[in-house]
Amino acid sequence: MKRAQFTVLSRVLHWVMAAMVLTMLFIGVGMVASLADYHRLVSIHRPLGISILILIVVRYVNRRLHPPPDFLDTMSPLERRAASASELLLYALLFLLPLVGWAMLSAARYPIVMFGAFHLPPILPQNAGLYALLRRVHTLLAYLLFATFIAHFSAILFHTLVLRDGILDRMALWRVGR
Amino acid sequence: MRLVLIGVIILCVVGAFGYTGGWLTPDRLTPGRFIDGFEQVNGPHPGFRRNHAKGVCASGSFEGNGQGVRLSKAVVFEPGRVPVIARFALAGGQPYMPDTNANVRSMAVLFALPNGEEWRTGMNNIPVFAVNTPEGFYEQLEASHDSGKMKAFLDRHPESVRAMEEIGRRAVSSGFENSTYNSLNAFHFVNAAGASTAVRWSMTPVERFEAATTARGEKNFLFDALIARARKQPLQWHLIVTLGQPGDPTNDATIAWPEGREQVDAGTLTIERVESEDEGRCRDVNFDPLILPSGISPSDDPLLSARSAAYSQSFTRRAGEKKEPSAVQ
Repeated sequence: MKRAQFTVLSRVLHWVMAAMVLTMLFIGVGMVASLADYHRLVSIHRPLGISILILIVVRYVNRRLHPPPDFLDTMSPLERRAASASELLLYALLFLLPLVGWAMLSAARYPIVMFGAFHLPPILPQNAGLYALLRRVHTLLAYLLFATFIAHFSAILFHTLVLRDGILDRMALWRVGR
Repeated sequence: MRLVLIGVIILCVVGAFGYTGGWLTPDRLTPGRFIDGFEQVNGPHPGFRRNHAKGVCASGSFEGNGQGVRLSKAVVFEPGRVPVIARFALAGGQPYMPDTNANVRSMAVLFALPNGEEWRTGMNNIPVFAVNTPEGFYEQLEASHDSGKMKAFLDRHPESVRAMEEIGRRAVSSGFENSTYNSLNAFHFVNAAGASTAVRWSMTPVERFEAATTARGEKNFLFDALIARARKQPLQWHLIVTLGQPGDPTNDATIAWPEGREQVDAGTLTIERVESEDEGRCRDVNFDPLILPSGISPSDDPLLSARSAAYSQSFTRRAGEKKEPSAVQ
């Protein structure tokens, strides 16, 4: 049985971003339903989202330079196609969600504050109608991201707990011998 | 068995997500429910702000005099002029209601700082706010058209009884142009050395105070007078910063700070143009009071985050709606 792992950088990026994205999803869904914590959560949401945008670009370049190890033998051709498609979808969403967030704040003429006096420039001119549209798109993409995460998480749980094929070893932060 | 375990794990994650989003607790007071409350009380007015719905746009500049620099490192307090977008409005969610002197007047200002930062503030011509929590605000809103509910609300909120008496005793001026507008909520100014000062601020008019008359005017008499006055000459206000002392409450907008607190005149606001919302640049601006430059930060007043959340919800809804002409042209 193959025991090839992703490269160290790929594994570190995966787990750091997993933590960031999960945090982000919960902050996002929580802040829009919160009065008392709204401001605090939004103040984290903006810079965390931009950090994810930067990291997903780094990760994409890394992915092109370092192809992943081969699929496990336990995966059918159909499952392999599904895994590849969901990987592509995750990359696309992790790029688009923060970008749409940045664009929608620009269209709403909100200053895009990162920390202190440091802020990003707007990437769209002020346009309330466009803001309303992008705001809706941001929510829809976020739910799609959560659903994709759940599908990915379910598949890994199935392989780990039912098939017990050691799929997690490929992404383990520590070294798992060949 | 293991499949069941997987199901349970997934259900827990989805459940935690849903709980965070308030899907499992429909009674939770969310920004959405808050704005629903305004819509129920005022009826639907698509395209308009859900509160302070009737208003006009204004523009001009603010000239800092440098006296605020010792309190806050915000660029706005350095000597010099920054452009402002402003809005004068009447409290309430009715965009076409007739003007009355009893109605609370507001001034909202967006200071566009040269480094790209912004400071937005919404101020009212009352000395204190009627409630000190978002929950209290919502209860008051729900009770606004129901005398039985209002009595119950006042019984539960003695702080609101005191505040409303104080608001009722205020001297109302003849118009927008000679009104004093107060931040009501407290904030913190932080200077270059990192020292923080609790503050509240006011825009106090250069125009002489003249008491409001009891005579009823035209439907838009307050706004029309403001527009006419601004056409004759620019209107000015001083930005007066009141410094809190240790022990002055920063988390209770129903309580005024004691008389005699040190005040600093940080600069002069000059309004050069007042015009209909349909032409002005203020309509599509959310005057979120927590859009602050570095050097001004929120206090522990629970109304601030709630205002930010509710304004955002109101803004998002109206941004996507078809615009009707404003009452004041």
